[in-house]
Amino acid sequence: MTATALTRRHLIGTALAAPLVLGRPAAAAAGARVAVVGAGFAGASCARALRRIAPEIAVTLIEPEAQIVTCPFSNLVIAGMAEIGSVSHGLDGLRAAGIEVIADRAIGADAGKGKLTLAGGGEVGFDRLVVAPGIDLRFDAIAGYDAAAAEIMPHAWKAGAQTLLLRARLEAMADGGTVAIVVPANPYRCPPGPYERASLIAHYLKTNKPRSKLLVIDGKDTFSKQGLFLDGWAELYGPLVEWIPVSQAGSLLAVDPAKGEIVTEFSRFVVDVANIIPPQRAGALAQTLGLAGEGGWCSVDPVSFESLLVPGVHVLGDAIIAGAMPKSGFAASSQGKACAHALAAVLGGEAPQAPSFINTCYSLVGPEYGISVADVFRVGGSGKIEAVEGAGGTSPRDAGADVRRDEARYAHGWYASITTDIWG
Amino acid sequence: MTAGKRGALLGLVLTSLALPAGAEGARGDMLAGSCAACHGPEGQSPGAIPAIAGIAAEDMARLLSEYRSGALEGTVMNRIARGFTDDEIAAIAAYFAALR
Ligand SMILES: Cc1cc2nc3c(=O)[nH]c(=O)nc-3n(C[C@H](O)[C@H](O)[C@H](O)COP(=O)(O)OP(=O)(O)OC[C@H]3O[C@@H](n4cnc5c(N)ncnc54)[C@H](O)[C@@H]3O)c2cc1C
Ligand code: HEC
Repeated sequence: MTATALTRRHLIGTALAAPLVLGRPAAAAAGARVAVVGAGFAGASCARALRRIAPEIAVTLIEPEAQIVTCPFSNLVIAGMAEIGSVSHGLDGLRAAGIEVIADRAIGADAGKGKLTLAGGGEVGFDRLVVAPGIDLRFDAIAGYDAAAAEIMPHAWKAGAQTLLLRARLEAMADGGTVAIVVPANPYRCPPGPYERASLIAHYLKTNKPRSKLLVIDGKDTFSKQGLFLDGWAELYGPLVEWIPVSQAGSLLAVDPAKGEIVTEFSRFVVDVANIIPPQRAGALAQTLGLAGEGGWCSVDPVSFESLLVPGVHVLGDAIIAGAMPKSGFAASSQGKACAHALAAVLGGEAPQAPSFINTCYSLVGPEYGISVADVFRVGGSGKIEAVEGAGGTSPRDAGADVRRDEARYAHGWYASITTDIWG
Repeated sequence: MTAGKRGALLGLVLTSLALPAGAEGARGDMLAGSCAACHGPEGQSPGAIPAIAGIAAEDMARLLSEYRSGALEGTVMNRIARGFTDDEIAAIAAYFAALR
């Protein structure tokens, strides 16, 4: 690879400074190479933190997309409250941080030989590999719902073209139409995400098409921040939103995009706009590399995030089951940073320190109505990631309009901060 | 190496020098890492959440202890501060103070 010579020179420049940085045994890690797959919340956070903590380690990041379009805040785009450009982030900030970014897709790896294979034919050598591919949507789980059906009944659970498609379908719908959001059973990306989406679509309908109806057809009987969402919907949208738990309609069986039909165990709905959020699994590369276990998700050591199935390969973000941590962008970023600390220690010949994580998921119930769930996490006595007892929790249910307005502002503040921290 | 890259490296080395040295520095960086998601890189918030860059160690320790005890009330900081011990708060405070 032509980049090797450049990388070596990087190393000389940075290795000199390294002993001053954190008093780590930089000499041991000098010349070490880490390859990171995926420049989303987890991978980009890990790559960036590793450059900061251990500049003597060369970091290569592989990502096929020139711009990361984030799922967080994509619900605002769907509701017409923001443009897609405001949730799109280029990768130049990562390059400026000293990361070598390769625009390609990883298709295979030999962990023993330390080689990653790219779709374009190239190879990347590594001492440690980090895989952060996000999720894949399971197009084999619902009868009638495949990639072609998603062009008519969008999932919009990966942001970009699908986000704009759902937006366009809502705009094209006449006043008085019916919209349905179909929500899967756990686990899936962003537990409160479907309900924030329901909230903001309800806001759009109430403002622009007030005779319309929104059905939330759920694969569960309980959900994240449930009391807060139900209170907010009653207050802001009244009967426009109807939540249908699985005990009422049963699980989703099939869809027919041509007829706008959604069939569950006990019901059949015909709607004008359907947003089907299908079941998910770890991104395809995790399956190819043998990192995923039963159920399609990856299991890792909670301190180093090293795969329990393939030594030398670390897995992060939505692709893993991370104990009590949810599949969120915040959690993915927090894991990426902890993994960077572990990699710096291990490559420097030291034992990794105990990690510490935070997650907060803000949701907008309306443009000026924010709620949140927050937790601090440690590796507990069980050897799993656990929420620290006595800390964390949701926004109070009896808070006034001023608190909801503050939390809506802070939700925007969070988005500005985390995206600057990762891609800025 | 392009001039841009060299500039970036230089910048990186300079900011790195400001980090506290030793294992304590790494621990502070670990504990404070997730604060950046809300307060921005190195506490320099670009948006609506208050910046916390440049807060002196004793002030930071006092603020976090007061959020933890409830003496100070916020929308979210009480829920977060309750997850940290005195010793961890001291490490976080030292970390941010050293970034000044
Ligand atoms: C509607 C919605 C709202 C949400 N809101 C929030 C929120 O408010 N707060 C929050 O914290 N989280 C939120 N989330 C969750 C958040 O989007 C995910 O948890 C987060 O994206 C997970 O990060 P990740 O790095 O694991 O995966 P991703 O961010 O998906 O990144 C994976 C990256 O890997 C790349 N990739 C995949 N395969 C390969 C390969 N073979 N080679 C190279 N690159 C590859 C992909 O192109 C992608 O860029 C929301 C999600 C949705 C759907
Ligand atoms: C979920 C977002 C979030 C996270 C994570 C977070 N904060 Fe905060 N912080 C806030 C908000 C919002 C405020 C304003 C008070 C409030 O509403 O809780 C605040 C206030 C503060 C203040 C008071 C600032 C002032 O000028 O009075 C300090 C100090 C602080 N945070 C430190 C931290 C530290 C240290 C961490 C990491 C351990 C952290 N915060 C993590 C959102 C966050």
